[in-house]
Amino acid sequence: MPARAIQFEPLAEDALLLRFGDRIEPMLNDRVHAAVAALHGLPSLECVPAYASVLLRFEPTAWQGDDAPAHQRVERAVRDALATGHAPAGAGRRHEIPVCYGGSHGEDLPALARHLGLPDEAVVARHAGADYRVAMLGFAPGFPYLLGLDPVLAMPRRSDPRPRVPAGSVAIGGLQTGIYPADLPGGWHLIGRTPLRLFDAHAGTPSLLAAGDRVRFRAIGAEEFAELEAAARP
Amino acid sequence: MSVRVLKPGLLSTLQDGGRPGHAAIGVGRAGAMDLPAWRLANALVGNRGGEAALECTLLGPTLRFERAAWIAITGAPIAARVEGTELPGWAASWLPAGSVLQLGRMEAGCRSYLAVRGGFDVAPVLGSRSSDLHAGLGHAGGRALQALDTLPLGGAAMGTPPSDHLHALPWRLDPQPWFDFAQAPLMLLPGSHDALLDEASRQALHTGTFRIGNASNRTASRLDGARLQLRAPLELISEAALPGTVQLPPSGQPIVLMAEAPVTGGYPRIGQLAAVDLPRLAQRRPGDPVCFRRGTLEQAADRLRRREQALDALCRQIEQRLQHDGFLLRMTGPA
Repeated sequence: MPARAIQFEPLAEDALLLRFGDRIEPMLNDRVHAAVAALHGLPSLECVPAYASVLLRFEPTAWQGDDAPAHQRVERAVRDALATGHAPAGAGRRHEIPVCYGGSHGEDLPALARHLGLPDEAVVARHAGADYRVAMLGFAPGFPYLLGLDPVLAMPRRSDPRPRVPAGSVAIGGLQTGIYPADLPGGWHLIGRTPLRLFDAHAGTPSLLAAGDRVRFRAIGAEEFAELEAAARP
Repeated sequence: MSVRVLKPGLLSTLQDGGRPGHAAIGVGRAGAMDLPAWRLANALVGNRGGEAALECTLLGPTLRFERAAWIAITGAPIAARVEGTELPGWAASWLPAGSVLQLGRMEAGCRSYLAVRGGFDVAPVLGSRSSDLHAGLGHAGGRALQALDTLPLGGAAMGTPPSDHLHALPWRLDPQPWFDFAQAPLMLLPGSHDALLDEASRQALHTGTFRIGNASNRTASRLDGARLQLRAPLELISEAALPGTVQLPPSGQPIVLMAEAPVTGGYPRIGQLAAVDLPRLAQRRPGDPVCFRRGTLEQAADRLRRREQALDALCRQIEQRLQHDGFLLRMTGPA
């Protein structure tokens, strides 16, 4: 990764933003994940990946030195780590997420299909047929923003967001698709629901998904949904 | 043994130093809005630091102490009574078992902190006892206190009662350096996009006066006043967000992200509040004035460092004084 193509922007006394670009693009996002992997060993540094940038929050007292202020020392350490780091390409765990599409689990599926001029089954086939990457988590604990949606399935967000979207809902908003980890307000179109629990603050690994992970969806029926939901109940 | 909530107050939540290190999975830091006040409240009751205290907003709760306890109240000046006896702020007081502590309205400011010796000992979530109201993390699923809630107290750090009666230590801290009575201007650092503001908006941001909006909360302080605009519309993709960031949503009403800031955001960033001034903004209530003075990152970092040194020194002095007075007994077990 050519270090010169990175912008460093000091945001606050304890924060520095690494920016690779300003677009939602898989290539830029890949660089984000590679950078996070390369910076893994640096102490007193929290990395927060986004679509095309990584926020670094550091302990100013830990990084302060006589020769340079903390920001410069962090920037130097980051440049060194990125120049020497060889993060494995395609790192990230793989997940298969079972989804019951349509019906009461995805009540916007018919409207979305009508809007796109496709049969419901074609929307499901395209959504479940793609490979996704978790670009970042945000909005709420464990909420994944997924890259890789078939552009044919893009639909602008609802003009009237719902005050409560049920946990596990799989949804499309613009060119993005995501999964609501908890009951939350939301303006995306609900096309299905997974019985898996995406976030449990008390689990050893609280978030099922991490930035950089790969995701595929598998269409399941209502019966299998009920069985898996019962098994996943805390 | 515990504290029973009789009246919850307007918005009372347990807060500690926050929940760092989990932003990558969408979990923000939360934590006390006025960190120095929180830290000093803990110091005054002889806590080691890091214990959860109660953050009260504008109108405090009424609490019954099922057991005797040392308490201290800092932050915004608030009426505090136990059966008609006024308790001093910024001082340690001894409450016998069965005391009903009534916290009233704040005379000024927005947030007061009630610390108890041993801390409020609710189960930590991801390493913190802070309530994150948006994410639903912390005590009772991350909600504010409700009547009839029971809050457990840390048991290892009781200390010895000076008497059976309500009793305040005869010395108190000077709140002056730690509470911004004058509501002085706040230092604003450049943001990523402030050069894109039109001239009138730049002028208004740096020299005008805003007022804290009614919809302000632990997530953001909303600034009523001049509507600001960019010279040209700007479409941004989501990037990580931080407390202190001044965002400009399409409404033109700037908002300053606070302790419960979301971990990502996509609005233009027109400034960054100096971290040292975050607690001062946290103490402004709806209608209070806010004006900014420009500063540099170096100045802000220097002020922050000096404040932390002053805070460390004061906490050491408090500890020595408590030891000298015989009120700070060695705690049993790990703190």
